[in-house]
Amino acid sequence: MTLDVFLQHITNGISLGSLYALIAIGYTMVYGILRLINFAHGDIFMMATYFAFYGVVIFSLPWYFVFVFAIILTGILGIIVEKTAYKTLRDAPKISILISAIGASYLLENLAVVIFGGRPKAFPTPDLFNKVVQVGNISVQRLTFIIPVVTVALLFMLLYLINKTKSGMAMRAVSKDHETARLMGVDVDKTISFTFFIGSMLAAVGGIMWALKFPQIQPLMGVIPGLKCFIAAVIGGIGNVTGAVVGGFILGIGEIMLVALLPSLTGYRDAFAFILLIVILIFKPTGIMGEKISEKV
Amino acid sequence: MMLKIEDLIVSYGGIEALKGVSIEVEEGKIITLVGANGAGKSTTLRSIVGLVKPKSGKIIFEDKNLQNVKTQDLIKMGITLVPEGRRVFPNLSVLENLKLGAFVRKDEANIKSDLEWVYSLFPRLKERTWQLAGTLSGGEQQMLAVGRALMSRPRLMMMDEPSLGLAPLIVKEIFRIIKEVNKKGVTILLIEQNANAALHIADTGYVLETGNIALKGTGKELLSNDDVKKAYLGDSVHL
Repeated sequence: MTLDVFLQHITNGISLGSLYALIAIGYTMVYGILRLINFAHGDIFMMATYFAFYGVVIFSLPWYFVFVFAIILTGILGIIVEKTAYKTLRDAPKISILISAIGASYLLENLAVVIFGGRPKAFPTPDLFNKVVQVGNISVQRLTFIIPVVTVALLFMLLYLINKTKSGMAMRAVSKDHETARLMGVDVDKTISFTFFIGSMLAAVGGIMWALKFPQIQPLMGVIPGLKCFIAAVIGGIGNVTGAVVGGFILGIGEIMLVALLPSLTGYRDAFAFILLIVILIFKPTGIMGEKISEKV
Repeated sequence: MMLKIEDLIVSYGGIEALKGVSIEVEEGKIITLVGANGAGKSTTLRSIVGLVKPKSGKIIFEDKNLQNVKTQDLIKMGITLVPEGRRVFPNLSVLENLKLGAFVRKDEANIKSDLEWVYSLFPRLKERTWQLAGTLSGGEQQMLAVGRALMSRPRLMMMDEPSLGLAPLIVKEIFRIIKEVNKKGVTILLIEQNANAALHIADTGYVLETGNIALKGTGKELLSNDDVKKAYLGDSVHL
């Protein structure tokens, strides 16, 4: 493999990894605050692509306007899922909420089939993203550069929100102790909804960029990316936002490099994520950046 | 009367933890509720802040029934709780924990001066401003929990077993602070197993026994009461 080919693959890996990272953040945030795996997250990602698709195709509005609108709408969808499927079960046993999450996932998938139809749709990609750029001997789609830049920018914004703002402080407090946060005057329900809003919006950004990169959307498109990004979150250490991004990159780059270096294993591309998950769970169950604060009594 | 609890009954799945408890907390005083493990002390506090739903009875704070007030709104009314086991946020720095105490306040200038006050009460916390609360010792965490509660500028500060699991020297320090805070006009409702320490600083004390108020009196009276001595102060134990 020449250096150029290698760089080409790495660029693709980073780009795919960025998309995984954006979705993985949503899993990790919700887990952090509710100790719940939001199985509907991959489907929220799928819904975002349909919102954007209809905005562009049916209402033929300018793409940037549609994207912003679709992102906000997806955030609201996240809140609706939280309020209906999870909030009503807040005091129920963990297993009930888990089942409810799986139910919410199936509901969204089937709603999409009913409303949008099961046949794949071609996602319109504005020329701006499609143009091929030549850097040295590698030629890449502009989008391949845009995706990581957007991801990193959003990650920094998110880290600022979580670590430097009052709402972020409330989120961190709620993630450790709902009851005491309440005693401090924190509106725990609002904080949880806000977390879903942010996580779903990030999934929407990931979804739209995903659809620009792989311009075919269908109701079950969120299932495999959803599972993989959950794995990315676990690899990075679930509950840790930076970890989710690291996990996303490891998964994205690893997957692309596997196929590039060992083309005979192409069929096992999706299995790579699960093998990695098993290895991590055996050797470092808390993930790469898992919580390690010692709590003294 | 600042806080009035009338005939409070709480049951956990058929077992009555409180069987009609009545307590009065006078503004500006230190009131203590002592009793053994399982007497219902924590349950009383948790009912006041709405973390436990009473079966019957009234909890009146300044003529307002607390029954329908949400836990998160109490702090705006001037009520704060230093919970049992400190419950500081281990993933937040000392400063952030203190800021969280002032979460609902908007008067930035006063928050700053209150922070200075808390730091002067607990110089140890100032040294550890940027440290994560989870890395503090038990005593420091208790100081932080008290400091965090003070950051809300409470008028009524309730404390659940602040001495639990702490070295005697630190317990002494915490009780000195409680008195100092009280002198600033903050009413204290203190729940303690360490009856001796609590009754020494209390204006009024209640002895809680298996869900009932067994005795009520001034701190001094209860300290010299033979039953209290026998049951809680350990004076009668001669081996």
